[in-house]
Amino acid sequence: MIGAVFILVGAIFSVVSAIGNVRLPDVYTRSHAASKSSTLGVLSTLIGTLLYFLILDGFFSIRLILGIFFVFLTAPVAAHMICRSAYRHHVPLTESTVQDELKDYYMENENPDSEDEEQVERVEGSVKPLAVD
Amino acid sequence: MIFETLMIIALCLLVVAIMCNLYRIVKGPSSADRVQALDSVGINIIAGIAVFSVFLHTHAFFDLILLIGILSFIGTAAFAKFLERGVVIERKR
Repeated sequence: MIGAVFILVGAIFSVVSAIGNVRLPDVYTRSHAASKSSTLGVLSTLIGTLLYFLILDGFFSIRLILGIFFVFLTAPVAAHMICRSAYRHHVPLTESTVQDELKDYYMENENPDSEDEEQVERVEGSVKPLAVD
Repeated sequence: MIFETLMIIALCLLVVAIMCNLYRIVKGPSSADRVQALDSVGINIIAGIAVFSVFLHTHAFFDLILLIGILSFIGTAAFAKFLERGVVIERKR
């Protein structure tokens, strides 16, 4: 019966995550709903399944443990990769964003194309002799 | 009896969650939204398979949980690489 409680709690967490995925305004805010609470929901459901088969049959499934471990490991990594690719792809932030700390770092240290780097070097090379004169 | 009712309620909740994510897949303004919603749909399908194996009282679907987890992660990683760089596998020059 405790397995059923875990499974129901996990399903409710999945629904909450899906509602957040519909209602939030932005990719970066939606990734919170899509990664964290969804991972918690599926983890709770899988733990409920494991407890159900452990209590009723005495069957300890190592594959289910592997599945729990793998989902717990990879879902936040996938959300991070999507957010990074969205920022590099210039997906706009929502209008109520307060601050964007990555923007300065991105403008200083990384250039989107390699041709821009060459142009910057060429401009610096043409400026330096003038400064010496 | 009440146990099976609880499992059916959990399955219906998971279907509602997948429907909400499908709305985001159809409507999403950028393609990162769609990829993220697809990842969430994969995770919800894993939970649905677990609930269904409890409902049928069988061990046969546990391989499927691991398989769909791995495939969903690889697909999301490939989509993220494709959106970021324009190619999936980079060649060395």
